[in-house]
Amino acid sequence: MSTLTSPGGPVRRLAGLLHRRPYLRLAGLLSAPLLWLVVAYLGSLGALFLAAFWTTDVFTGNVVKQFGLANFQELWNQSVYRTVTLRSVGVAVAVTVADSLVAFPMAFYMAKMASPRAQRWLVIAVLTPLWASYLVKAYAWRIMFSGSGVLNWLLDPFGLHGPGYGLPATIVTLAYLWLPYMILPIYAGLERLPNSLLDAAGDLGARSFRTFRTIIWPVAFPAVVAGSVFTFSLSLGDYISVKIVGGRSQLIGNVVYDNVGAANNLPFAAAVATVPVAIMVIYLVAVRRTGALENL
Amino acid sequence: MNTEETGMSSAVSLRGVRKTFGDVTAVNVVDLEVHDGEFFAMLGPSGSGKTTVLRMIAGFETPTAGHVRLSGRDVTKLPPFERDVNTVFQDYALFPHMNVLANVEYGLKVKKVGRDERHERALQALSTVRLQGFEKRKPGQLSGGQRQRVALARALVNRPKVLLLDEPLGALDLKLREEMQVELKAIQRQIGITFLFVTHDQEEALTMSDRIAVFNAGRIEQVGTPAEVYENPASAFVAGFVGTSNLIEGRTALSVLGRDGVYSVRPEKLRVDIDLDAELPEGEHSAIGTVAEVVYAGAATRFVVDLDAGGRLVAMQQNLKASSMDVLKLRDARVRLAWRREHEFSITGPM
Repeated sequence: MSTLTSPGGPVRRLAGLLHRRPYLRLAGLLSAPLLWLVVAYLGSLGALFLAAFWTTDVFTGNVVKQFGLANFQELWNQSVYRTVTLRSVGVAVAVTVADSLVAFPMAFYMAKMASPRAQRWLVIAVLTPLWASYLVKAYAWRIMFSGSGVLNWLLDPFGLHGPGYGLPATIVTLAYLWLPYMILPIYAGLERLPNSLLDAAGDLGARSFRTFRTIIWPVAFPAVVAGSVFTFSLSLGDYISVKIVGGRSQLIGNVVYDNVGAANNLPFAAAVATVPVAIMVIYLVAVRRTGALENL
Repeated sequence: MNTEETGMSSAVSLRGVRKTFGDVTAVNVVDLEVHDGEFFAMLGPSGSGKTTVLRMIAGFETPTAGHVRLSGRDVTKLPPFERDVNTVFQDYALFPHMNVLANVEYGLKVKKVGRDERHERALQALSTVRLQGFEKRKPGQLSGGQRQRVALARALVNRPKVLLLDEPLGALDLKLREEMQVELKAIQRQIGITFLFVTHDQEEALTMSDRIAVFNAGRIEQVGTPAEVYENPASAFVAGFVGTSNLIEGRTALSVLGRDGVYSVRPEKLRVDIDLDAELPEGEHSAIGTVAEVVYAGAATRFVVDLDAGGRLVAMQQNLKASSMDVLKLRDARVRLAWRREHEFSITGPM
């Protein structure tokens, strides 16, 4: 106590120093997160990008640290990689569209129609699946999509069959996994939309659909874009769901995984891994151009 | 029911309108006639049901019981987009992603008015509210007063039979509010449509309206011109809500006025006599008491006087000659309050 309050106490001196030098205070506050961001995140990204230009010695399997474009030439020239890339983007787009179609009505109900009490419960209900392990959820879908699974059992009376394992099953599984990441931003966006705007549109003669098209959708669009950044990027990088429910389908993530493991070609894996990064950068620039990010 | 009688001259007519939300009764049987071309105020404290009544006229709420008629047509069950009224919302409810012009044109676009006419009418509406040159701005780039004008233009451009205004000046500062009061009144006179106006500000209601309905606890306590409501309140609630009530009741009434009951005198009708023995003019009542508080307010001074006969009255005196130094000396002084008998009115309603 006396060291704390005496003028010369070390704690007090430090507090005084921090008070007089705001830069020191800022440094103390930000050095840990900045270290994390620069070293662990940007550093590893830089290492990945650098490694993409190296090659592997065919005989020894050792990494040859020599700059070259061989990996990217192979990526570009082999049509199989283009197919896999397009397929991955297609899956990510399909997941994003499916999620926004499911999430929008749910978020609208949560934000504009449910009672405040129901609203809290619904937010919790949307969040609870995030507590369960990714693998548990993916395997749950695997069981549902299996030949004797729930899906076939439900469709059988109508003379129909489920899609089985493959890309459709992958899209459904990923859409399920990332749905909360779409619902929550849209919910937050619609919550900020004042009810009086909806009243005003009706007051000026607009029916429900027109109100949706001209008021609700444009105002909530940035929130949908924010959700899509999550669903799109998470889907683009995923390689586990497709292993579990995708049958023999391959996505970019699988190519990276196989080159790290079975093929033992780390530089090529790094080159493949830059593809989704590049696609995400293009996606974010495109999103920025719509002005959606400024409204977040 | 005779629709001819209720229809022709009344822009808005409510009959036996009730509204409950679960266990809460927001509006408890309201009957109301608003005439064509009238500037009509619904005045009351928050929670008195006035906004709910407005929302039922606009169509945002459906009455639990009763009928809403607009120009004689029963619209009780019609949605807002099929009613010939427009609303200026308390928070203005401007569409944030549209510029001012698109906001004002919205209603016309919905009604499929051609592009040229739409444009012309929108510009005209914006000039009515003195906002020329702001067409390309987004609502976020406007001040509170300007937003309020856009909301007004957006409603007026549709030429509704009735314009509903929900506390439209509530969010403005005092100076701007006084300006807009004058301007709203001028616009209403210029275009001649019915304005139905919700406010909790008694001064605003008194200065702007042709007639006022005073709301309390889901009911209308009194409907009348500003002068009627102020000079002749129908209940203790109206007396208290519209101005300062100054009640004289029970034993005090017996000893001062010589009769039992509840009476009220407006503060500005009371004269503060310092000479207690001065001769009382013909037709006046008086009461002697001690000044408990003196509040100097620039143009006038408020005296709070505890009467010897019991009770407390507030007297408002214009500072014709007095300065703050003079009047503040009167604290704790013995004074006589005097007023003309016709200015005391009997109050019958419940407290």
